[in-house]
Amino acid sequence: MTVSITVEGLEVVFDRFRALKGVSLELREGESYGLVGESGSGKSTLLRAITGLAPASSGTITVNGKTLGKTRDKAFYREVQMVFQDPYGSLHPRQTVDRLLQEPLAIHGIAEGEKRIERALDEVGLGKGFRFRYAHQLSGGQRQRVAIARALILEPSILLLDEPTSALDASVQAEVLNLLEEVRRRRKLTFLMVSHDLAIITHMCERLMVMQNGEAVETLTASQLIGHRVSEDYTRNLLRASEGFVRV
Amino acid sequence: MSDTLLDVDDLRITFPTRTGLVQAVRGVSFSLGRERLGIVGESGSGKSQTGRAIMGLTPPQAEVSAKKLAFDGMDLLSISPRERRALRGNRIAMILQDPKYSLDPVMTIGRQIVETLRTHEKVGKTEARERALAMLQAVQIRDPARVFDLYPHEVSGGMGQRAMIAMMLVTGPELMIADEPTSALDVTVQLDVLNILDKLVAERGMGLIFISHDLRLVSSFCDRVVVMYAGKVVEQIKASELRDAQHPYTRGLLNCMPKIGFERHPLPVLDRKPEWAA
Repeated sequence: MTVSITVEGLEVVFDRFRALKGVSLELREGESYGLVGESGSGKSTLLRAITGLAPASSGTITVNGKTLGKTRDKAFYREVQMVFQDPYGSLHPRQTVDRLLQEPLAIHGIAEGEKRIERALDEVGLGKGFRFRYAHQLSGGQRQRVAIARALILEPSILLLDEPTSALDASVQAEVLNLLEEVRRRRKLTFLMVSHDLAIITHMCERLMVMQNGEAVETLTASQLIGHRVSEDYTRNLLRASEGFVRV
Repeated sequence: MSDTLLDVDDLRITFPTRTGLVQAVRGVSFSLGRERLGIVGESGSGKSQTGRAIMGLTPPQAEVSAKKLAFDGMDLLSISPRERRALRGNRIAMILQDPKYSLDPVMTIGRQIVETLRTHEKVGKTEARERALAMLQAVQIRDPARVFDLYPHEVSGGMGQRAMIAMMLVTGPELMIADEPTSALDVTVQLDVLNILDKLVAERGMGLIFISHDLRLVSSFCDRVVVMYAGKVVEQIKASELRDAQHPYTRGLLNCMPKIGFERHPLPVLDRKPEWAA
């Protein structure tokens, strides 16, 4: 089995705060891997460190066999793309959908933009009618679809998803999760997905890592989690919390 | 119900927009005793506007009308702004979603609680401080004296939300409106905050309106649930009978969430029917 991403002993330090304290992770090609934990646990920082948005102070990150340095080259971003949490903040408010989708194509010097944009919109279930709209003319779910289209337009092999549905209504969340599963199946993508919701992670991922305070608490398979075969108290607490409120 | 705290009949809220009038709430009716009522719906369903109208926080350009909007026999729509102000924060209180935005950033937590108390009751400084500290204790803040002197940015989200609950409860309200009180919090902290809220509501015999988009959370916390869609109530149901919900929208909302231990690929999605909004 080929390895897609390897992270070893990754540390991220902001001023004196250690956001990640030596985290290691191995992602197989075509796998969907989840990161769960409360806010401040470092799960988003891990994604950001992989894309180069957070500075790694030590440790190594290897993507498709290439060890990454301080900077990322264009070829890296053709392989790895990210979808952010807040579709209201991650789309340029004064650019049309068309302009948004052209940006990555222009950066990477890809011709036949016309066709690609149409196909990308089609793939995320938005028709041609959405092409010349602005972000504020779209609903939250439609915006997140545009963000997914933007990530897919370069045909990456790895998608990093940072809480892609937490800003959406439950019914819209289901639609976006279905869409993500479908594109993953069709394009044989590797997912690294962050969420604070255990139910979403077990639905989407085969394996997962529970994080707390910048460290890995434990690594589980989805079926271990479903069967409550967990060894750490912290994970047990998360499981209990995900079952909803129980009057004592 | 013998002692009705709040009676809402045919509540309508209309906003003027550039393209004409938009009715955000279109004829909502329910009544509330000393119980926990959940209002559930998606964004834009009018659930928050309903809560705000009861509190009297509807934006001035919007128009509120109702056949009846009565709190403890008092008609909320006809009383003077002054009388309304005396109710707000005193007998009716509201908890908002995110303590980061709803607490005053340049005032210590203690001062904010004292301010609420002294606005509504004639109490001396020392007594006000003592009552604020006791209230912080009641929301299970371990070191009330320390938190009293902290600014909102110095505390975590869970702590901030407890401080907000303390501030709202210090005047001993009879009706509490909680608008997404735990959505900005981590799942584990969510349960702590809900436990505190649950205990205090039960002890003080308050009526609670719990507004949320999370049907499962609401149904585990409330006695009764009102489900809203496009400004209307589509279903009112006892939380314990939610499994037997009739309306396809309620059923769809319950169904579409991933659940640990139930493999469904793809997830069922809502098939919105135009007649639901009719």
